Amino acid sequence: MKTCLVVDDSRVIRKVARRILEDIGFEIAEAADGMEALAWCRAAMPDAVLLDWNMPQMTGIDFLRHLRLEPGGKAPVVVFCTVENDLARIREALDCGADEYIMKPFDGDIIAAKFAEVGLV
Amino acid sequence: MRPEDRELVAQLCAARAGLRVDPEKSYLIESRLAPVARREGFGSIPDLLTALRTKREDRLAWAIVEAMTQSETAFFRDRAPFSLFREEVLPTLARVRDGEPIRIWSAACGSGQEVYSLAMVVEDERAEMPGIKVELFGSDLCERQLEKAQSGLYTQFEVQRGLPIRQLVRHFEKVDDMWALSPRVRQMVRWRRINLVADLSTAGRFDVIFCRYVLCDLVEPMKARLLENLARALSPEGFLFLGEGETATGFEDAFQPVAGRPGLFARNPAFRVAA
Repeated sequence: MKTCLVVDDSRVIRKVARRILEDIGFEIAEAADGMEALAWCRAAMPDAVLLDWNMPQMTGIDFLRHLRLEPGGKAPVVVFCTVENDLARIREALDCGADEYIMKPFDGDIIAAKFAEVGLV
Repeated sequence: MRPEDRELVAQLCAARAGLRVDPEKSYLIESRLAPVARREGFGSIPDLLTALRTKREDRLAWAIVEAMTQSETAFFRDRAPFSLFREEVLPTLARVRDGEPIRIWSAACGSGQEVYSLAMVVEDERAEMPGIKVELFGSDLCERQLEKAQSGLYTQFEVQRGLPIRQLVRHFEKVDDMWALSPRVRQMVRWRRINLVADLSTAGRFDVIFCRYVLCDLVEPMKARLLENLARALSPEGFLFLGEGETATGFEDAFQPVAGRPGLFARNPAFRVAA
């Protein structure tokens, strides 16, 4: 079973995303910010990361920059999931190595479609 | 709504557009017709239908039929047909046409996502196919859908259904709460209101026709009419894309399924439509 790390400082969002992703066949791990997410990745690299942008400790974009420099850190498919919806922000995320980008609010169809787009389902 | 009102709507849609409307689906019919009644200044849907019965006004009848044809769509819907178009159909036709324009028609284009997806593919592949000329056409029965399509404006929800993020970045700008398709891509498409089961002899010839999820919504006798129209409109070297599970039943001589490519049909050059 593929694993997806859900990184968001909102417990509600993590719960919603977990339900959606479990329904399309993922095993889920959760992290509340970039630091925690990085610790998770060092312990066990996931197949996918669903990543919020604005979080305490370490933001999503900082986490992504770190992740891509880690051993094995180029492998996970990273899908941003954030309220940030300016083109400049989206370009920045893609330049840092994000694979897809979801603008909140999202629903199950959007997550499923985006994950299909990057070949995860 | 009374059963005879729903029956009237179903009959009207079948007669004018070949559209199959289930008179039992009262919720669907009411949700589509409520905006029409409001727009036309009627207090209720029954008032609208009473006016239709007494005045027999053509414009009103079409407003009702057009409202019933609207259906959900998405950018790159089903994904596979667009990969086929990009990887096989477009390069093949570029060779065959050799600098002459390739004409592509999105029949029943709705709010435009299908024809714009094709336009974006063409735009992205241009560098690979120097000298390629492509003419894109979008048609729909519904005037209001065509207006929305022409605007090229989509909600955040709409641009997240099927559109890869890199395509959004490449081809869209954010305008307030909406996403606007670049003028360059918008200008690639020409628009026309077309009833696919009417006489299409003046519609022209096309090398690629996308006509997906129309057949499955038609009343039985009109399916043959549509396929005959498509056979007439497709060039001898052309390709037809139907929706998942749709077949060219009765027109196997005209459209040959391409092996291993579900939904893709090649025009049999030897087939002639009876005059």
